[in-house]
Amino acid sequence: MWKLRGFMKPYLLWSVLAPLLMVLEVVMDLLQPALMASIVDEGLMKNDVSHILTTGGIMVGIAIIGMAGGVGCAVCASIASQNFGNDLRIKLFEHVQSFSNRNLDRLKTGSLITRLTNDVVQLQTFVQMILRSFVRSPLLLVGSLVMAVMISPSLAMILLAAVPLLFVLLYVLIRLSFPLFARMQEKLDGVSNVLQENLSGIRVIKAFVRADHEQKRFDTANTGYTDTGIRAIRLMALNMPLMMLILNASIIAVLWFGGLQNWGGTLPVGELIAFINYVTQLLMSMMMLSTMLAFVSRAKVSGDRVNEVFAASSEIIEGPAANREAITLGRIEFKNVSFAYDRADENLVLEDISFVASPGETVAILGATGAGKSTLVSLIPRFYEVLSGAVVIDGIDIREIGIDHLRSRIGFVMQQSLLFSGSIRDNIRYGRPEATDAEVEQVAIAAEADAFIRALPQGYDTLLGQRGVNLSGGQKQRLSIARALLIKPAILILDDSTSALDAVTEARIRTLLKTELQDCTVVMIAQRVSSIIDADRIVILENGRIAAQGTHTELMADSEIYRDIRHSQLREEEAPYVQTT
Amino acid sequence: MSRQPKQEQAPGGPGGLGGGPHGRAGVVPKVRAKNSKATITRIWSYLNRQRTGLIMVYVFTILNAVLALIGPYLLGKAIDTAILPRDYGLLVRFCLLLGGIYLLGSAVSWVQAYVMTSVSQRTVYELRRDLFAKYQELPVSFFDTHANGELMSRATNDIDNVSNSLNQSVTQLLNSLITLSGSLVIMLMLNVPLTGVALATIPLVVLASRRITGLSRIYFKNQQQHLGELNGFIEEAVSGQKVIKQYRREAAEVTRFRGISGELNQASIKAQIVSGLVGPVMNLINNLNFALIAGIGGLMAFHELVTVGVIVSMLNYAKQFGRPISDLANQYNLIQSAIAGAERVFEVMDMPSEYSGEQPQELARIRGEVIARDVVFGYQPGAPILNGVSFTAQPGETIALVGPTGAGKTTIVNLLTRFYEVNGGELLIDGRDIRELNKNELRRQLGMVLQDAHVFSGTIRENIRFGRLEATDQEVEEAASLANVSGFIARMPQGYDTLLGTDGTTLSHGQRQLLTIARAILADPAILILDEATSSVDTRTEMHIQQAMRTLMKGRTSFVIAHRLSTIQDADRILVIQGGQIAEQGSHAQLLALEGVYSELYNSQFKQAGEAG
Repeated sequence: MWKLRGFMKPYLLWSVLAPLLMVLEVVMDLLQPALMASIVDEGLMKNDVSHILTTGGIMVGIAIIGMAGGVGCAVCASIASQNFGNDLRIKLFEHVQSFSNRNLDRLKTGSLITRLTNDVVQLQTFVQMILRSFVRSPLLLVGSLVMAVMISPSLAMILLAAVPLLFVLLYVLIRLSFPLFARMQEKLDGVSNVLQENLSGIRVIKAFVRADHEQKRFDTANTGYTDTGIRAIRLMALNMPLMMLILNASIIAVLWFGGLQNWGGTLPVGELIAFINYVTQLLMSMMMLSTMLAFVSRAKVSGDRVNEVFAASSEIIEGPAANREAITLGRIEFKNVSFAYDRADENLVLEDISFVASPGETVAILGATGAGKSTLVSLIPRFYEVLSGAVVIDGIDIREIGIDHLRSRIGFVMQQSLLFSGSIRDNIRYGRPEATDAEVEQVAIAAEADAFIRALPQGYDTLLGQRGVNLSGGQKQRLSIARALLIKPAILILDDSTSALDAVTEARIRTLLKTELQDCTVVMIAQRVSSIIDADRIVILENGRIAAQGTHTELMADSEIYRDIRHSQLREEEAPYVQTT
Repeated sequence: MSRQPKQEQAPGGPGGLGGGPHGRAGVVPKVRAKNSKATITRIWSYLNRQRTGLIMVYVFTILNAVLALIGPYLLGKAIDTAILPRDYGLLVRFCLLLGGIYLLGSAVSWVQAYVMTSVSQRTVYELRRDLFAKYQELPVSFFDTHANGELMSRATNDIDNVSNSLNQSVTQLLNSLITLSGSLVIMLMLNVPLTGVALATIPLVVLASRRITGLSRIYFKNQQQHLGELNGFIEEAVSGQKVIKQYRREAAEVTRFRGISGELNQASIKAQIVSGLVGPVMNLINNLNFALIAGIGGLMAFHELVTVGVIVSMLNYAKQFGRPISDLANQYNLIQSAIAGAERVFEVMDMPSEYSGEQPQELARIRGEVIARDVVFGYQPGAPILNGVSFTAQPGETIALVGPTGAGKTTIVNLLTRFYEVNGGELLIDGRDIRELNKNELRRQLGMVLQDAHVFSGTIRENIRFGRLEATDQEVEEAASLANVSGFIARMPQGYDTLLGTDGTTLSHGQRQLLTIARAILADPAILILDEATSSVDTRTEMHIQQAMRTLMKGRTSFVIAHRLSTIQDADRILVIQGGQIAEQGSHAQLLALEGVYSELYNSQFKQAGEAG
């Protein structure tokens, strides 16, 4: 948590002013009982009316100064803490933007979102608290102690016994309850998990009539959470009564010994009353301190989570001499590329991959579920770093090409089409915001999207919900293709990106793409043989290795696997029939 | 000697800090409740289920408050009657009495907190359980029109808000009320004119807290709105992070983020400052009161109208008197957001259940004759998806549904399972209108493999067994090998006990689809529905499971939806759906001979392949 202190630096003035102003408020608060004592001892006992009135006036003045301090502190603390949170959030977001896909895979999306939202708010709240209450309570505590000692050092001995006892109590309770609260958090995660799964799988649950089963799962999680919660909160509930007991016992002791001292003539009544008031104040500040300590642990957890994000850094680094105009034609060459998601892992996802894709060519990647097809294409824009070997574009190793330049020349259509909320036009324009409307429409036509967009009531200005919720899978895919086309890429990668389209639409898109992208290098992953049959080269992946490559005709002649795949889609008895059509 | 610490207001303001990670863009969390009275009554009815506990809490709260009032009174009395007159015996008795009262007070407040913890936690437990149970009853259309994140936050954030405020506010309100009236009574008993002085600042307290809470509500609402926007933006940006990288929009996104975050910052600084005013202002009023009583009391004591001990007690009571009022002001936001949260929970609970009006019914095993007669359906009125669809499926037949994206294939599945009800026409199973059948009994006999292949966290075994809970391990493994998943399961370190889901292994979409097929095999349904069940499985694996699929379909009526036409060529009948109607139907060969929509679809998929081959 301490590591994040740098974010406070720009607001150092505010963060110093806030506690100082709080000191002002606290000192004013502390003066009140002393003035009270003076009214009693100097005024009442000595029948001095003017003293009572002036002291009363002073008390009012002091109260107003105290309020000014309090308000000032609130203002400074708010400015410092909110700005701190804002800066932290922006820095964190910036840092996430620099993440590689490997970082993103590791720190899951959901968790990153909570870190950016809840955790930052938690830390912000904590800072605000430190600047306001954390100063206030210890100050009140120390101040009350000092004032009490000043009134009667001998009576203050009572506090000397009580205060350490209070701290021990607080410490024990915190030690005992923190693990319980941590468990409670875990159990809460369990509850949210069941809930989340239930909501996203509601059709399956209804289809299999498993509501009772789910209710049982939920009840188990819910009971666990509730029971742990009850235990934790009950333990903490001991805190207040015990503290009250200790403090009240000290008050009785003060009354007793104070009474004796009063009779001995060493302690005026007014000072005894003031002393009791200080003890009360001490009690209150102790209690505040203890309720706030819970925030420390929460803030610590959040701080750790935020720091974990900062600690992660992209392994994809741009060299100082990175080439920023390397890609002209888009000739891709894989030279003995091997890859594993975990560098320590011996299971290579890709092993010794070599092939060439020339400008104007279409290379198709074919292979079974889990063969490494998506991994292979994600190496081209350097989303991941190769383990060994090299990916070379236009004769230059991509590790020597500027990342920005590299990605700006590659159009990548992912398996899952991710759109953003906003208009359809803005979504297509995402990769090149300065594109004209005419250009947007042109690529939409090429992606077979123009017709359905125009059929929408607001056409290109139709607003999409989050992640394009109001479109069908096929429509989303076509928009992602249009989006990729708009950047006029030298290399186009299609990762099974027409799977939700029917064959007719897909065939039309293929024809349109061919005219649109004559000089473009196309690398595509597809399941249907029909989609890739006229590719210039077909690469067959099996268990991370290239099992065969060549044209359709070559592979039909040489490759057992290819024939197998083809037969799986086009069974032998059907083949002659189709040939005659 | 007040017994409870001053409640510091959490600087974060009203509950639901952060608004939850699931906030949808633009959906602003409601801070203000709409119909507070009805909502409070309902929370009350939940609380009332813990009646014994609740009564104990009342009793102990009252006791606690009374004891808290007696303490300062005795302390003042001790100074006046024991210390000033130097009465040793009386001082001893006062000390003992105070000791007893303080001890009792601590005990009472502990019991009260102890009982209240379980009262509030159990209440929230039931609220959460009931909400979850309600989710199970709501129709699919409800889930199709509400974002998951939003429904999640009702069951977590909103209920947490209720829980927080129950824990604090219920006893606090009662306590405040008793302290308020008790202090007033004792103050009046002590000295009437000084009580008047103490009360003089009350209007000030009320006025100040109303002004501040009014202001802070506006600012907090504004803050919540910006927070909602920010959270929505973060969720979308982080989920789409890979696309952002791909199009190198990192800098642009950071700029947008700075803007949104900056706006939130401005709004929350204002909200925090306003809410930060409460403490100091109340403190000032309190201190003013203190000074007034001291000054005027001093004057009165000078004229021997009042004793020193009375002034000391008055000062303490005046403090106690001011506290509940500022507490209430502090808690106002918390209570408001709790009521708003409860309202959102009850809103869901009041939705009509899809099972309401259903009769329990024993349904014998379905033979599997399915007849659709002029079925009309649309998700929105005026936009029909199906417009007069009729077909017949004989028991044991395999029916394939084919057609362009959005033609209504999945819609037919939704109607068969009664996820949605037909708008016109009828669907008959074994001659009975499905609307006459008990929904759950009907669904029990349908086996479905859906497009999105949902996998639950838990072991692979549990996931397959979801199809039939009482199945033995051996049956599970048989189903797995039929669905061609036993191979990859064997390669997993823990085999069938490998954990899937949030903390476990992630499977590829194709593997998940195979797993859900195993689940359907195990369920042994009378009617089988496969909606793009193998779309992400590569064609070779698909070919390998063809045999299993054939076995699975044998003897049951099956509905198959697939883009890949090779998957469905064996179907007894293929229905081509276009424009909300059945354009063609017949066997593969018949439809090809027809040279219509189907043959065009088919040829586009195979023609080139055929020519080249």
